[in-house]
Amino acid sequence: MSTLTSADRALHEFGALVGADDPIAVEGNRTRWHLGGPLDESARLVKAPTGIVDYQPSEMVVTVRAGTTVAELHETLAAAGQTSALPDRGGTVGGAVAVGENRLDRLGRGSVRDAVLQVRYVSAEGEIVTGGGPVVKNVSGFNLPKLIVGSLGTLGLIGEVVLRTNPIPPVQRWIRVERVDPRDIRDALLRPGAMLWDGTSSWALVEGHEVDVVAEVDKLATLVDIANVDGPPELPPHRWLLSPQGAAHVDTMTDGAFIASIGVGTVWAEEPPEPTEPDPVAGQIAERTKRLFDPSGRLNPGRRAGA
Amino acid sequence: MPLFRSTREPTDPLVADLTAVLDADRVRADGAQRSLAAHDASVFDGGIAGPVCFPETTEEVQAIMRIAEQHGSAVVPRGAGTGLAGGAIPLGRPVVVSTGRMNKVLSVDTNNRIAWVQPGVINLDLSKKLRPKGFHFAPDPSSQQVCTLGGNVANNSGGPHCLAYGVTDAHVVSLEVVLPDGQVAVLGGAEDETPGLDLRGAFVGSEGTLGIATKIGVRITPNAPAVRTLLLSFATVRDAAQTVSDIIAAGVVPAALEVMDQRMTVAVENYVAAGYPTDAAAVLLAEVEGLEGGVEIDAARIEELGRANSATDVRLAGSEEERAALWKGRKTAFGAVAQIAPDYYLHDTVVPRAQLADILEQIYEITDRHEVTVMNVFHAGDGNLHPLLVFDAREEGTLERVHAAGAEILRASLAAGGVLSGEHGIGVEKQAYMDELFSPADLDHQNRLRQAFDPACRANPGKVLPIGHSCADIQALREMPTGVWG
Repeated sequence: MSTLTSADRALHEFGALVGADDPIAVEGNRTRWHLGGPLDESARLVKAPTGIVDYQPSEMVVTVRAGTTVAELHETLAAAGQTSALPDRGGTVGGAVAVGENRLDRLGRGSVRDAVLQVRYVSAEGEIVTGGGPVVKNVSGFNLPKLIVGSLGTLGLIGEVVLRTNPIPPVQRWIRVERVDPRDIRDALLRPGAMLWDGTSSWALVEGHEVDVVAEVDKLATLVDIANVDGPPELPPHRWLLSPQGAAHVDTMTDGAFIASIGVGTVWAEEPPEPTEPDPVAGQIAERTKRLFDPSGRLNPGRRAGA
Repeated sequence: MPLFRSTREPTDPLVADLTAVLDADRVRADGAQRSLAAHDASVFDGGIAGPVCFPETTEEVQAIMRIAEQHGSAVVPRGAGTGLAGGAIPLGRPVVVSTGRMNKVLSVDTNNRIAWVQPGVINLDLSKKLRPKGFHFAPDPSSQQVCTLGGNVANNSGGPHCLAYGVTDAHVVSLEVVLPDGQVAVLGGAEDETPGLDLRGAFVGSEGTLGIATKIGVRITPNAPAVRTLLLSFATVRDAAQTVSDIIAAGVVPAALEVMDQRMTVAVENYVAAGYPTDAAAVLLAEVEGLEGGVEIDAARIEELGRANSATDVRLAGSEEERAALWKGRKTAFGAVAQIAPDYYLHDTVVPRAQLADILEQIYEITDRHEVTVMNVFHAGDGNLHPLLVFDAREEGTLERVHAAGAEILRASLAAGGVLSGEHGIGVEKQAYMDELFSPADLDHQNRLRQAFDPACRANPGKVLPIGHSCADIQALREMPTGVWG
């Protein structure tokens, strides 16, 4: 920690840019800019540093600066047969972590929350704070990465993360099945990468070794008609967060179009979700957390995680 | 009729208030019970505990928290007491809240693939209950026959099969927790993502310093139809470690990758005759799970990579009995050392996988220099080391040498780019080392997280964060626990 490496220098320059005084917000590619409420006009906009700092495929971890696009990260990882849990919607790594939404193929790639092993962010006081560690297993102290994922930049401005990577399965095959309870398809597949349902059709991402994919699809084909398709369906704009069981019954909750992630619970729908009542005591803890991390309220003013 | 009649001092107003809420036999203030609660499975001794309570409901835990607050007492949650970092030892005579009577599996929801449990449910009991339904709970610490789900949540416990499935925090969807002020918060839920801050994730692994979990929703994992378990023998520990790195680099994600060195396999063979070769410098226990075709391919790949690294023997478990015996050997490893020496100190650090071979050589060198016997059995796939120092504490100066060697091992792991703990936690054991991994600003932010849940620092005070970085502990901790490294 005594000398600044070139890797650290970008982070410290970001810290200096953020400073310690005025209202400030970090801007990625604005793919989920509306989340958490409108940003206060007083906020100065900054961008996070870019670049992949370190990648060791055999460690299955990558150190990447927050301003890097998810597309660039995934291109680098794919060259070694790997990917990450971050969704690629044209946005940045820092944006995806700050938002914390999972990929469509969350069943196969895991969640963003479980993928962030270490986070380095600039605090409201302008200091570089490191939470977590750069290895795949770590219980050394309090879990700051979990708190930062999904916090919409309200507790600290993310400069760099260490992510767990995972291997891209040797074979990935999308299939579609009509008029079958999607939960039966889900139960028939050991580890689908994704399982979607629009009320009539079901889509499954069957993945793994070719021999297993063929065996699973063949077995399913003895029970139902299967169509091979290029990929998942188009997703409606709004995201509903339901339980897996709730998502399997979402057809009773909306007249609009939807795509439900079976076994996960997330639903993409034409209609916006009903507002949910957060647990009041958890809400108090969240408010205390915000006050303790950002006493002057300068970080992403106007925004609130979960709003 | 209680087995032991409590001999609490009737004049103690704290005990009197607690007894007014719980039955008399569920507030134990007798010396025997308080001494039992003074220890966990670590070498640390916190001194005598305050009254030990056995609540059965969330409401009773709330009442205990409020009474403790009124009396200015700290509260220490306690599961099975299998922790290895001193996280459950009492400092400053706190009220101890045992989860022993909150031991019910409340429901198993196969539609949502979630089991709802009370915190005192034993880890293996849950998996046994799930087995007929085709599921299991993936984290499987070596202590799984006795450790509790509440303790797993507090420590973010791991286990051999967490390589493929992730440690406890990947399997906890929801927590009902009683905060130190007696309020109940529900963190997370059956939804995959919860709007707002991930307080559930922040709570898991907080070692009892944020409150007490009274109801836990855990993911249940479908049992894989096919499994292959291989035992690879090597002439050097380095060959075994290199094989582990090569397997991960090849894109194979085994369910488990465990390494044992020769001293360990000899001890295990003498203890349970699991079928390990005793002439190999190291063995690698590798397990792959999934569908029939894929596990065949993965097992063949592991054998190929092992042979490329000069494996002297590769054996595939030919039957379920043989597989069970190999795992029994692994999971009883710590019991097996009792025949070597009366005491052991089990360490827990993590290094990048590529550093495994180098760090193991350093561990042998460090322990040789301190004249301490070391045995190694560890979660190689995660880079999670468990050097086991065996000794006889009755020999003068031994404990000091054990601690000195342990400190050097920790520092060597940090120097290799690792962390302080992979699954045992910080407790009181590694507090003094936290500022070697984290900056003052890092520790300050960890403390802010702590204070958001527990502004008065009444839940398990004096743990995890080093003195000077933790929020003002309400009680002057009367003495440092014995055995804590200064």
